[in-house]
Amino acid sequence: MTNLLEVRNLTVEFRLEKGVVRAVDDVSFTLKRGETLGIVGESGSGKSVTSLAVMRLIPNPPGRIAGGEIIFDGKNLLDATEKEMRRIRGKRIAMIFQDPMSSLNPVLTIGRQITESLKLHMDMGGRAAELRATELLDLVGIPSAKKRLKEFPHEFSGGMRQRVMIAMALACNPELLIADEPTTALDVTIQAQILELIGQLQKELGTAVIMITHDLGVVAGMADRLLVMYAGRVVEDAPTEPLFADPRMPYTMGLLNSIPRLDERKGAELVPIPGLPPDLTRLGKECPFHPRCRFAVKGVCDVTVPPLRQVAEEHKAACLFNVDELKAADANRSAALMDLVP
Amino acid sequence: MTVYDRQLANGAATKEATMNKTVPVASDAPRPLVEVDDLKVHFPLRGGILGRPTGEAIKAVDGVSFTIFEGETLGLVGESGCGKSTTGRAILQLRRPTGGHVRFEGKDLVQASDDEMRAMRRHMQLIYQDPYSSLNPRMSVGDMIAEPIRVHGLRVGSVAVKDRVQELLELVGLSPDFAERFPHEFSGGQRQRVGIARALAMEPKFLVCDEPVSALDVSIQAQVINLMERLQDRLGLTYLFIAHGLAVVKHISDRIAVMYLGKVVELAKASELYTSPKHPYTRSLLSAVPIPDPKVEKSRKRIILQGDVPSPLNPPAGCRFHTRCPMAVPKCAAQEPPFVDTGSGHFAACWRSDEIQQMDVIAESKPNMLGGPHPIV
Repeated sequence: MTNLLEVRNLTVEFRLEKGVVRAVDDVSFTLKRGETLGIVGESGSGKSVTSLAVMRLIPNPPGRIAGGEIIFDGKNLLDATEKEMRRIRGKRIAMIFQDPMSSLNPVLTIGRQITESLKLHMDMGGRAAELRATELLDLVGIPSAKKRLKEFPHEFSGGMRQRVMIAMALACNPELLIADEPTTALDVTIQAQILELIGQLQKELGTAVIMITHDLGVVAGMADRLLVMYAGRVVEDAPTEPLFADPRMPYTMGLLNSIPRLDERKGAELVPIPGLPPDLTRLGKECPFHPRCRFAVKGVCDVTVPPLRQVAEEHKAACLFNVDELKAADANRSAALMDLVP
Repeated sequence: MTVYDRQLANGAATKEATMNKTVPVASDAPRPLVEVDDLKVHFPLRGGILGRPTGEAIKAVDGVSFTIFEGETLGLVGESGCGKSTTGRAILQLRRPTGGHVRFEGKDLVQASDDEMRAMRRHMQLIYQDPYSSLNPRMSVGDMIAEPIRVHGLRVGSVAVKDRVQELLELVGLSPDFAERFPHEFSGGQRQRVGIARALAMEPKFLVCDEPVSALDVSIQAQVINLMERLQDRLGLTYLFIAHGLAVVKHISDRIAVMYLGKVVELAKASELYTSPKHPYTRSLLSAVPIPDPKVEKSRKRIILQGDVPSPLNPPAGCRFHTRCPMAVPKCAAQEPPFVDTGSGHFAACWRSDEIQQMDVIAESKPNMLGGPHPIV
């Protein structure tokens, strides 16, 4: 499989009153055709900004892509003109947003909104576009599709609106679908419907998917590979199973320990990550996680930016220590604690 | 010094003593603190240009009964619009119920006048979902926590009030210096701690926690959950924990009630609800929650419910879940199943709860119920 998307050293900056914020800092990753990549992180970690940068949708000012390359199918999108970008957006790269209510136009019918991109990108006439739109609504599981094309967004429920968004995104058979928290605003039973739908459509149509979420559960069953982001940087990059079974970056470990699981045994106490995510304007030459990290070593972690390095096959992590060193530190600590207990 | 003060002052050291006093020990019969009996909250609809009542009503809560025992955490889960928040508010009489009874320590709150209620509210407090809009941006955190202490006259004199505010801030894990600061200077997790401190200022016995961690980042959620668990141990609090995140509710609750369209469809011990749910809705809800473990996810079977929750304006006749239920038989549409004990305090409202083990097989035999919502065109 060839790489459909290759992001190299992407940096995005926002100019704010209190200084320049590096929302995305030296981010690199690749995505093969038909692959699903999950990007996980908390609010402010830069996951959404990364995806907006791929679409070249960073509002400028205050934002600016300060460096790097975004190679999509062999072409650097950062060199593309606005006109070329318009031909790519919606046609070859499509996006689903978190809030389906604010991303649909409330005064246009659903049919009009779906056919718009068909007419624009696929040179379809009115009749053909309408037929295709009906087909798309069928595809995403909206009953009596023909009738519903004439309805307005407010006549649809949250889950149905998200299905409309997916139909719009898939209208032109994109090669890459970016889903930014597609189910966060939805209830669990509806979330299950939508995730199942995205997964199934991907299998049928061979679309590559970037799934952005803060919920590790959502990507556990869907993604082939995961990027964990923290403070604008990629801190871990691995295939899904090793990432969950054998995380190498203390932040990922902390995250997995701090979420309650439905299948946990009673009595297991949550181990929270102490403290708060860092203020991005004040971030210097340091590991962004060191103030919250229980393994942090003074004079090392607060003066070095840990590079994202290979720690196992296809597994990269941004930590200066190896997993066995971390485990040894843990063992020493509990031994020391045991000594304190009389 | 009240019992409460002693607990607070001595902290964890007297935990055992506290437990004996306020938290029922296994051998003792648990004492009910809040009894909810056939609670109904209807919102009448108005129509026409004069806005007259149309006679129709949205039945947000329609006959909910459960008991919350002293010292326990009852989780209340359900999807948006099922009436879980309205239930919480109706228990506190912030929204007067249309019908039914709420008894707090044996006293009927529905009959209580507004004045009586105001005095009673000291014992029952609400923690809100959104730590951004539930704090007054123009008041310092100290003033906000001090206000209820003054109003209820729990401390006399500004020094005593100030001491108490600092004590409360420390109790929720914030620095006492934060009293001078304003809400905008805090992060979401810290604001939620302030909200908890404010609720605790009145030395309540009972807290309704309405989605207290849903607005927080994952790494912060665990901090607040642990804090709430510690406070419960230390102060002998009783929680009604309302949330839509099942994993969080299961973690913190002793028992869980599941709501669907204004009714409780199942109520059981947290572990039992997870291992052997007796209602098809609970079963599909549990199967829909993603588990952060790819190995588990790959082998799991998901029961995907079709369609959306029907409107509470016109709930389906019979069992309200029958329109989406893979197990539905004609009887389900005709007759409403009673909410009965299926054994050792495990309540469920389903005609076919004995046959629930067959649900996966039934769901599988029906197209679209398992794996894939619709055939791809």
